[in-house]
Amino acid sequence: MNVLHFVNAFFGDGAHWHGYDGIPTRLAEHVRYCLIALAIAAAIGLPVGLVTGHYGRGGNALALLATAARALPSFGLLVLMTITVGFGLLPVMVPLVVLAVPPILVTTYESMRSVDPSPVDAARGMGMQESRILLQVELPVALPLILSGLRSGAIQIVSTATIAAYVGIGGLGRYIIDGLYQRDYEKVVGGASLVAGLALITLVLFWAAARCTVSRGVRRGA
Amino acid sequence: MIRIDTVTKRYPDGTVAVDRLSLDIPDRSITVLVGPSGCGKTTTLRMINRMVEPSEGAILLDGADIRKQPVNTLRRSMGYVIQNAGLFQHRTIVDNIATVPRLLGWSKQKSRARAAELMERVGLDTALAKRYPYQLSGGQQQRVGVARALAADPPVLLMDEPFSAVDPVVRKGLQDELLRIQDELGKTIVFVTHDIDEAVKLGTMVAVLRTGGRLAQYAPPAELLSAPADAFVEDFLGADRGIRRLSFFGSDALELRTEPIVAVDSTAEQIAARAVTDAPCLLVTGLDGRPLGWSAPEDLTAGAVHTERLISCGRPFVHGEDSLRAALDCAVLSPTGWAVAVDGAGRAVGVVSQQTIGEAIRGAHAEGRAEAKAGR
Ligand SMILES: Nc1ncnc2c1ncn2[C@@H]1O[C@H](COP(=O)(O)OP(=O)(O)OP(=O)(O)O)[C@@H](O)[C@H]1O
Ligand SMILES: [Mg+2]
Repeated sequence: MNVLHFVNAFFGDGAHWHGYDGIPTRLAEHVRYCLIALAIAAAIGLPVGLVTGHYGRGGNALALLATAARALPSFGLLVLMTITVGFGLLPVMVPLVVLAVPPILVTTYESMRSVDPSPVDAARGMGMQESRILLQVELPVALPLILSGLRSGAIQIVSTATIAAYVGIGGLGRYIIDGLYQRDYEKVVGGASLVAGLALITLVLFWAAARCTVSRGVRRGA
Repeated sequence: MIRIDTVTKRYPDGTVAVDRLSLDIPDRSITVLVGPSGCGKTTTLRMINRMVEPSEGAILLDGADIRKQPVNTLRRSMGYVIQNAGLFQHRTIVDNIATVPRLLGWSKQKSRARAAELMERVGLDTALAKRYPYQLSGGQQQRVGVARALAADPPVLLMDEPFSAVDPVVRKGLQDELLRIQDELGKTIVFVTHDIDEAVKLGTMVAVLRTGGRLAQYAPPAELLSAPADAFVEDFLGADRGIRRLSFFGSDALELRTEPIVAVDSTAEQIAARAVTDAPCLLVTGLDGRPLGWSAPEDLTAGAVHTERLISCGRPFVHGEDSLRAALDCAVLSPTGWAVAVDGAGRAVGVVSQQTIGEAIRGAHAEGRAEAKAGR
């Protein structure tokens, strides 16, 4: 018996395709948690990264904060949150956001710092306001790196969102936990491959987003 | 007029980049700031559009302190060109040029039409409009930089070493283009360079700064070359100052000789009549009057010109238009020692020997000295 066999058996079983524990339901739950967590992480990481990167201040503080955040174990945070605020969406979101903010924040900051200073100088000399310089001169050039930061944040969220199952709100982690508990390896492998598949789709989506939003002049040639 | 009034710039770390500088920059002319690296040229230029604020003193634009108007309004009224063009790599050429019109709230269509107009003005093929900066050569990018600075038709143009990153041939083309554009538009241009030849070529007035940000001399280029204020300026002007100064003397006063010129279809008698004793050779011209080359008289005795044996006459100078420097250069490069003068259409109008040019140079210098004396 190999992994492929498990995969075949899991996805071949019609019972896995409907009901509250069916693949569509679990997948939808998982995707929903991921999107919420990514949106919150981006809402924190992007503006802070953009503004600090534009003014070139606070880089050291950011790096320190990011390292500290990375050192926090997601599972430990989940347990801690559950103890303090109980079950529900919040204890899941906190570790996911804490996990995804550092790559988004740090990459955004670095990408803004690495923008060629001479167009920025030219823009300022032409009388462009700082906000426009940030959004219309620096951001379009920094965009590929910013997207890569978002992408690594998103991938980490997708794989870590399995912890939602521990607090009873489902997601793809359900299959893995239940499978392990029931020694149903078909379920474990099936759940894991769904998570992996979702991660792959995330990669593809980010690639497509980069194709659509990054200027040809920044991509060069391609 | 831009008046820089005893301006000092001290950076936070204590560096004095500009020291009590006063300059009156005349309207509708090119004023060049030149000097060794670190002498405060960029700092001075950037104080004019308030990219740097003076520590002391004031800068007046048409009599009013530049700090009186909102900083972005001031900047939008001054074109700004920097060394590596500083183009926006995510925008097409036409959108790069349209930047300031867009900032001023012009419609997209009007801005783009204006941008296309400027591409032609700076000598760029409008087929490049939809390209991105990375698809252009360095020289083309610099032209886009100039077009972008001119887009909203600002009265003032600030240029910081705009041509220093391109090779000498391209640079010469860009300089000629700038002079041509300036002839048409008559902007008040402040131009920073560390290249004294560029300063002399472009400047109506040249300000030489010395290290420490102090003004060493402020004069028209011809005066700079003929009467450097001190040893620093003289040293900065370089060794061949005398030769370069010849650029400011016209060739129209040169006495041309027309006898040693024969047409390619001349008869033996005509040729014989043309041979003069002090000219070593005869200049042969084509049927259209253009110079073909020098021919030794003995080659002509057969009664016909041997076009295949002609000695090259090099690049001729345009009489009345080119300077004495160009005339001397032609004579020095010519194997016969004689320079060929042509008219605007390229037809030979005469020849002149090195000796005659030498006399003209001495005469011009004597006149220059007399003028300088009278001026004092
Ligand atoms: N932001 C700054 N902080 C501190 N010192 C500065 C700053 N900018 C320039 N300087 C110093 O001020 C002096 C003049 O600098 P500036 O850039 O005006 O020189 P420059 O004449 O343009 O030189 P270059 O020909 O090399 O461009 C230099 O000694 C430089 O090191
Ligand atoms: Mg400089």
